[in-house]
Amino acid sequence: MSAQVSAAPAASFGRKALDPRIELLSWILLVLAMVSVPLWGSVYAVYMACLIAINVIATVGLNITVGYAGLLSIGHSAFLGVGAYASALMWLHLGTPLAFNLVVGAVSAFAVGLVFGIPALRIKGVYLAIATLAAQYSLYFVFQQWTSVTGGDRGLSLPKIDVFGYGDTGFYYVVAFVALVATLAARNLFRTRIGRSFIAVREKDYAAQVLGINVVVTKLVAFGIGAAYAGVAGALLAAFLRIVNPDQFTLVSSVFFLAAVVVGGRGSILGSILGALFMTMMPDLLREVIAHFSSEGADLASLLSPVREIAFGLLIVLFLIFEPRGLVGFVDRALGRAENVEARQEH
Amino acid sequence: MNLFLEFSLIGLASGGIYVLAALSFVIVYKATNIFNFATGEMMMFGTYFFYLFDTQLGFGWVAGLGMGLVSAALLALAIERTMLRPLLGRPHIVLVMVTFGVGSILRGFAGLFWGPNVRQLPEILPRKPIFLGDILVPGKLAWGFVTVGVIAGLFMLYYRYSRAGTAIRATSIDQVTAESLGINIRAVFLLAWALAGLLTAASGIITASVNGVTPQLGLVALNVLAVVMLAGMTSVGGVVIAGLFVGWMETIVGAYLGAAWQSFIPYLVVLVVMFVKPSGLFGEQRVERI
Amino acid sequence: MATDILDVAGVNVAFGGIRALSDVSLRVPERSVTAVIGPNGAGKTTLFNVISGFYRAQSGNVMFAGADLLSQPAHTRSGVGISRTFQNIALFPGMTVAENIKLGAHAQLRANLFSAMLYLGSAASEERAIERRIDETVMTLLGLEEFRDSSVSGLPYGTQKRIELARALISQPRLLMLDEPFAGLPTAEKAKMAGQIRKVVAETSVTVLLIDHDMESIMNMSDQVVVLNFGQVIAAGTPGKVQADPAVIEAYLGAEE
Repeated sequence: MSAQVSAAPAASFGRKALDPRIELLSWILLVLAMVSVPLWGSVYAVYMACLIAINVIATVGLNITVGYAGLLSIGHSAFLGVGAYASALMWLHLGTPLAFNLVVGAVSAFAVGLVFGIPALRIKGVYLAIATLAAQYSLYFVFQQWTSVTGGDRGLSLPKIDVFGYGDTGFYYVVAFVALVATLAARNLFRTRIGRSFIAVREKDYAAQVLGINVVVTKLVAFGIGAAYAGVAGALLAAFLRIVNPDQFTLVSSVFFLAAVVVGGRGSILGSILGALFMTMMPDLLREVIAHFSSEGADLASLLSPVREIAFGLLIVLFLIFEPRGLVGFVDRALGRAENVEARQEH
Repeated sequence: MNLFLEFSLIGLASGGIYVLAALSFVIVYKATNIFNFATGEMMMFGTYFFYLFDTQLGFGWVAGLGMGLVSAALLALAIERTMLRPLLGRPHIVLVMVTFGVGSILRGFAGLFWGPNVRQLPEILPRKPIFLGDILVPGKLAWGFVTVGVIAGLFMLYYRYSRAGTAIRATSIDQVTAESLGINIRAVFLLAWALAGLLTAASGIITASVNGVTPQLGLVALNVLAVVMLAGMTSVGGVVIAGLFVGWMETIVGAYLGAAWQSFIPYLVVLVVMFVKPSGLFGEQRVERI
Repeated sequence: MATDILDVAGVNVAFGGIRALSDVSLRVPERSVTAVIGPNGAGKTTLFNVISGFYRAQSGNVMFAGADLLSQPAHTRSGVGISRTFQNIALFPGMTVAENIKLGAHAQLRANLFSAMLYLGSAASEERAIERRIDETVMTLLGLEEFRDSSVSGLPYGTQKRIELARALISQPRLLMLDEPFAGLPTAEKAKMAGQIRKVVAETSVTVLLIDHDMESIMNMSDQVVVLNFGQVIAAGTPGKVQADPAVIEAYLGAEE
């Protein structure tokens, strides 16, 4: 799988553009890889592919906020939660179709994002980080305490979704399609004035103003899009796992997505894909490692959760210190695009 | 009315806990310009150090306290030296992300070493309640408050009058000028982190002396951030007032509206400060030149 | 007599207790080149930043084409036809030369969030149109073709200055504000830069307001020179008139430069 994906679009910004033909070929390979998973993969492979696709959506969103616009959001999972609960509630109470619920998830996460983003983004500096941390804690609290709506700690259980009578495979294709559309949309965004304005605001906000960019509005949009992507991912996650509860949307899961962005490569769509792929495989890998090193009968599950926190944190720190371009840096080097690696100034 | 006074005293006493952690945050921010999102986890880890030396290794609380504080300071130094020093000159967002990552690492190690369950600390602070007239204040809370007061007082004297404190203050005003005056910036950074380690550990130990310690102790960080923001990020004196105020308000709201509402106070403070006065109550307004 | 496109009247700015601009007034006639000179710290960049909307004037007015500027936020300048460059070159190092220049036309492009994400129809065609316009106008005018798709970081200083000028020109501004266009350039490039600026003025309807220290370039290319010293206008007029002004001579001899 990794072979196909590493050939995926290097539509990242700020380097010499890839030859359009190579880029198109990469997208086609990516689509073929995605389409073929259920043909050769086990049930588990399809399950993982679903999870990866959902995480790609959320990671692309966070990368728009953190990587492209340079705004630090450390409560990304809270917005997945908003999308998950909103879509689950629509489904349970109004029986609306999945496509509609995805839109509801996106819109509600966007709206809740603005509640926390508006006060913070009027100000310079790291205030958004504090506001998103506040979002993390307070939304968790709402999910947990507003029992009459959210079901409290037990959460909400959802009926199985059957897409065109194809069961899990059908659902996988839905998720894969949404992930592809979301990724392409993000890539398109950065071919236009909107995407350029995000980067301009990140790099020199005063110069951006001179060029007619409203800095506050731009930051809000960049943060809101990130939250909306999280909302879509959350809505898909709810439909996928068929359960929504507060413990899916904790700080650890926000660290997970931040790690995905940093490990993959900030300000890169390809990086978001690689990062989400890597990070989704990570817990399984850790489980293997722990099982290998721990004594017989040790409680693996109770070890896994702290080890995950250590691993996520370490990945963020080590990549920022040693490979700030993330896995995309490796790819660039492997493809001999060294000038991109060297010429690119970090943001 | 008596009840209100009692709640107020309890609130002020619990606000004291925020003061030390907030001071640690401010000292790092002032000296290094780094927004330390690992403050809460440093607090938690320092507490476990104390637990390790006192209870697990059986050194007793006096030696355990000393070793715990020293270990906490060493940990802070190690964080600065190995994870933040290599990033000097890199964009600000990178440094902040690293502190966030460090927080996750510390939470993970605490969970790995000490597990998710509550560990009780030895009884150092007297349990006997204090009566002020006919108002009762729980003993640990009262003595904890006194301890916080002493530590905060000592810290402020050090900060204001020692050579090192002056160096930190000079650095916070203008790094380049401070360096040209012969101040060793790197030493200032290390010192600020060491002090932060001591302050967070002290604040964690006092907090945990009431309810014990879990890896989740660091989640009090948002309350601390609320205090810091209310004070205005850079004001050492402001932190004391803001800390007491937030503690007081939490207890009053908790007492009269219920515990659920109490948990919303820090978010509310954060949002209101951002909306109304981003520079906080005592923060400085800086003119940015282009 | 041409009408004045920019009218700065009685502007006062203070930082803390320090007066940066006191009662500064100047008029910039349409389709002219007006230079603001003065010793370091005279308030030239402060004046630019007031016009750009970065600093708030305590009192005074700035009218552009008959409309009040100071009540409008900084990001509206581009839309009404004012663009500028910066003393320390404010390019975006994470983007290519072409992308940097495209940003100059940000206010004229129309793509919204949804059309941008779809990238069909209007969003795609306006991108192609702006690329074509960049290639046909500023790229050739300023000789930047060979750098089109390189990242701006790492390019020579003089090239970066021309890229910034290209970015300021692509929006076809009515007023072009240049903050030290000659600073740091070797003599040959200074003449080239001056020639390019004059060419733009001749070929388009742009008005230029510039700041610099380079007397020779300024006196050769400007229609009007305004001299600032300690935040006050001490002389204004044609280059010849200003050069002969005793107050100007004193200001320059008295200053470090």
